[in-house]
Amino acid sequence: MTRLSQSFQTDRAALVAFVTGGDPTAANTGAILDALVEGGADIIELGMPFTDPMADGPAIQAANIRSLSAGTKTADILNIASAFRERHPTVPLVLMGYANPMTIRGADWFAEACVDAGVDGVICVDIPVEEDDSLGDALRAKDVAVIRLATPTTDTERLPEILNNASGFLYYVSVAGITGLQQAAQASIEEAVARLKAGTDLPVAVGFGVRTPEQAADIARVADGVVVGSAIVEIIAEHGADAAPHVKDYVKSLSDAIRSAR
Amino acid sequence: MWTESLPFAKRFAHMTKHDKLSNSFRNQPDERGHFGQFGGRYVAETLMPLILDLEKHYRAAQADPAFAEEFDDLLEHYVGRPSPLYFAERLTEHVRKEAPEGKGAQIWFKRDELNHTGAHKINNCIGQILLAKRMGKTRIIAETGAGQHGVATATVCARFGLPCVIYMGATDIERQKPNIFRMRLLGAEVVPVTSGSATLKDAMNDALRDWVANVHDTFYIIGTAAGPHPYPELVRDFQSVIGREAREQLLERTGRLPDLLVAAIGGGSNAIGLFHPFLDDPDVEMLGIEAAGHGLEKEHAASLAGGKPGILHGNKTYLLQDEDGQIDEAHSISAGLDYPGIGPEHSWLKESGRVRYDSVTDTEALEAFQLLCGTEGIIPALEPSHAIAAVAREAVKLDKDQIILANLCGRGDKDIFTVAEALGTEI
Ligand SMILES: Cc1ncc(COP(=O)(O)O)c(C=O)c1O
Repeated sequence: MTRLSQSFQTDRAALVAFVTGGDPTAANTGAILDALVEGGADIIELGMPFTDPMADGPAIQAANIRSLSAGTKTADILNIASAFRERHPTVPLVLMGYANPMTIRGADWFAEACVDAGVDGVICVDIPVEEDDSLGDALRAKDVAVIRLATPTTDTERLPEILNNASGFLYYVSVAGITGLQQAAQASIEEAVARLKAGTDLPVAVGFGVRTPEQAADIARVADGVVVGSAIVEIIAEHGADAAPHVKDYVKSLSDAIRSAR
Repeated sequence: MWTESLPFAKRFAHMTKHDKLSNSFRNQPDERGHFGQFGGRYVAETLMPLILDLEKHYRAAQADPAFAEEFDDLLEHYVGRPSPLYFAERLTEHVRKEAPEGKGAQIWFKRDELNHTGAHKINNCIGQILLAKRMGKTRIIAETGAGQHGVATATVCARFGLPCVIYMGATDIERQKPNIFRMRLLGAEVVPVTSGSATLKDAMNDALRDWVANVHDTFYIIGTAAGPHPYPELVRDFQSVIGREAREQLLERTGRLPDLLVAAIGGGSNAIGLFHPFLDDPDVEMLGIEAAGHGLEKEHAASLAGGKPGILHGNKTYLLQDEDGQIDEAHSISAGLDYPGIGPEHSWLKESGRVRYDSVTDTEALEAFQLLCGTEGIIPALEPSHAIAAVAREAVKLDKDQIILANLCGRGDKDIFTVAEALGTEI
């Protein structure tokens, strides 16, 4: 059993919480990650900042800029991850980001760095299965999960290609669009999750546009995981270095809703 | 002009005898869209099915003589092709004054600045809007730097009656005002982009963000030979009309091929359009000119000279970036060259050694701009002014009977404000 598979339980959905590493500064991120765990997050998604976050909406774009303006480096992100691993030996942490920062020193270097930092999996936004060999092989060789994304445009014909060599969990991006915009209709989410689960034994986590405990609970009734990102990042934008307690309260409201959803 | 309305797939039949050989430079990319280690399809999953669909439709269009016929017809009667091939006699004479005895090559220009809308960009826009129509798309988006691609896109959208949204960096809007008004006159909505450095790369980010949210009805007309496969290939194919015409025209006028081709490079579409039909002519040398801005050791936009391979905007290619892979801001006096990347085929042509790449600074480009005005009565855009500076530099090294053919890919009307400011003049 890996940390990731253990964090998906049968009686309730897991809460997957995203923040951008180094936002507002690398020194603040540790306390914010702790707040996510204390609030009840089951899986941490740590965003690697990038100058050109093409798939992100205004909230996460701004987080990337805050982080980079504060001087955050890849080394800081890896240090944040390994310090987290020491404090939380059982909570899975995955890195999410874009291809260039992940591959610039070579895929093998990055896979090794993930192992050293205790990172459980990687979500790379702009490496589709067609380019898997530029990162996936190196990660799999080190037993780092390659977490794939499925979207409303992924049809049944394409789905098996995405599931081939996927590990950790399947991330269903419920909206064709960028992060932080409106949520998809519940009915379309239910239909998609059923379709995905028919094709895989991997847990299916659903994200994009989830902000309220009610929305989280609705998804928790049908999916194995609920991903929340922009809404947390907006709290960090508002409270800056003092964000941790606010983040914890908000995450707790999501977690409570998810725990009582089924 | 060229072999009448052959489908694209057979367009190059009269010169493709090398293509089946492994040593051809004209058989890229491979079926995954890779030019050696470069190119590819580095996009979010949401876009991937659409990109595959685009490729399928492009393959069908390539095999369809009706597509080539419509493309050719619009290029001839709407764009004004073939563009002239012009021997720049006075510029040649001027350069010879500085040249050693017996040196000073003949300078010829491919006059793509005479196209409708004033640059080569329209060639590609015609091809892509015909593809958009074939795919049944009803809304067009594009990014633009100098505004030339934005104007060309707005133009074809008006011509085909499709709504059009142009993303343009707020910084570029400031320095290319006349083009904003042109786009609006043509019915386009111009969206100022304030994220990041508020220039071309950020406009491309926002265009991609629009696209993922509107995949069902929207076609993205990319303005240069970059982006995810099949864009670098199809933009090159549409722009190759430049090189095909130039090749036939020069053969007809002089009975020979050029010794050296020169073109400026932003993303690389006018350069690859000129170069590609000559790539398997071993005696034709080629020189791509990047923007050296304030100088290569300062701020510039020369990704081959000062960058290294990385992944951005859907393709792997040379990029200006730091050791963590964060993209650097580019600088060039020419908004059309102000991009921290380059089309993947150029990265491959550089590594294969087939094409030589060099760079020209803001100051040198400004001098060349004025030189062409004064010697030939042609006001060039700042982008080809970079190529002209390099032409003058190269011509003195070649013999008098040798031929340099450069791409005059845009006219300078849009740049007069920038040039006036740089020269300290009020207009
Ligand atoms: C006149 C002109 N030339 C060149 C370029 C650079 O693009 P490319 O390298 O794709 O030809 C531009 C871009 O806006 C342009 O307007």
